[in-house]
Amino acid sequence: MLSKIVRTISNQLILFILVFGLYIIMHGHVTPGGGFQGGAVIASGVVMMIVAFGSSEIKKSLRERHLSVVESSGALIFIGMAFAGMGTIFFYNFLVGTPVFGGIPPTGPNPGNVWTGGVIPLMNLGVGLKVIAGLSAVVLAMALFSSGEEIEE
Amino acid sequence: MRQVVAWFVLITLVAFLLAGALLIHPFGYPPSDMDDYMIANSQAETANNNVVAAVLFDYRGLDTLGEATVLFTAVTGVLLLFRALKKREKKT
Repeated sequence: MLSKIVRTISNQLILFILVFGLYIIMHGHVTPGGGFQGGAVIASGVVMMIVAFGSSEIKKSLRERHLSVVESSGALIFIGMAFAGMGTIFFYNFLVGTPVFGGIPPTGPNPGNVWTGGVIPLMNLGVGLKVIAGLSAVVLAMALFSSGEEIEE
Repeated sequence: MRQVVAWFVLITLVAFLLAGALLIHPFGYPPSDMDDYMIANSQAETANNNVVAAVLFDYRGLDTLGEATVLFTAVTGVLLLFRALKKREKKT
């Protein structure tokens, strides 16, 4: 556990890091970024909290078992979206033109609209959940191991 | 004997890597139509402004599936390894 200054500033910063990571994930089909990048941003926020507070303190609120559930559900969202387009072909973008994320942007430069992209925003969300939970679980397990703490069964 | 083998392996590896670096194609050659097609059609076909996201999740979705599998396998391996190390430490 680091000093009180570091802990206070981390407590303020983690909110902005989470919001920024979520923005990168959910705007992956409009602006640069996507699931992997936004997930890495949020996971580094979690790493900052582990460094500032110590892994034994973080362990009370962030369980490894729950992280596994989040990661598996992200993978299931991704695979499910891929299989849902199976009527035409694997990974078919079946949501284009439907009311859900179905807007089609004009060809060429345009200001961008979040409500476009078909299945790609949902796939970004799935991959983002997967990366967040995966990287956080890896770092948490390593930190708990090196500090001699009990890894929760 | 071991040193001879080590030097042989080193020199062969360096030769192959240097040959690979020297014989690489110049940038943008051979020309391909695929990138032009994706830039022209990704907005109409996949409703995406971000062509990179369109390639990653639509045109080349299977590659992303492999990437996700790699990440999943890595996380599973790390968690298994550290749990096993923890248990062995507790026993001794």
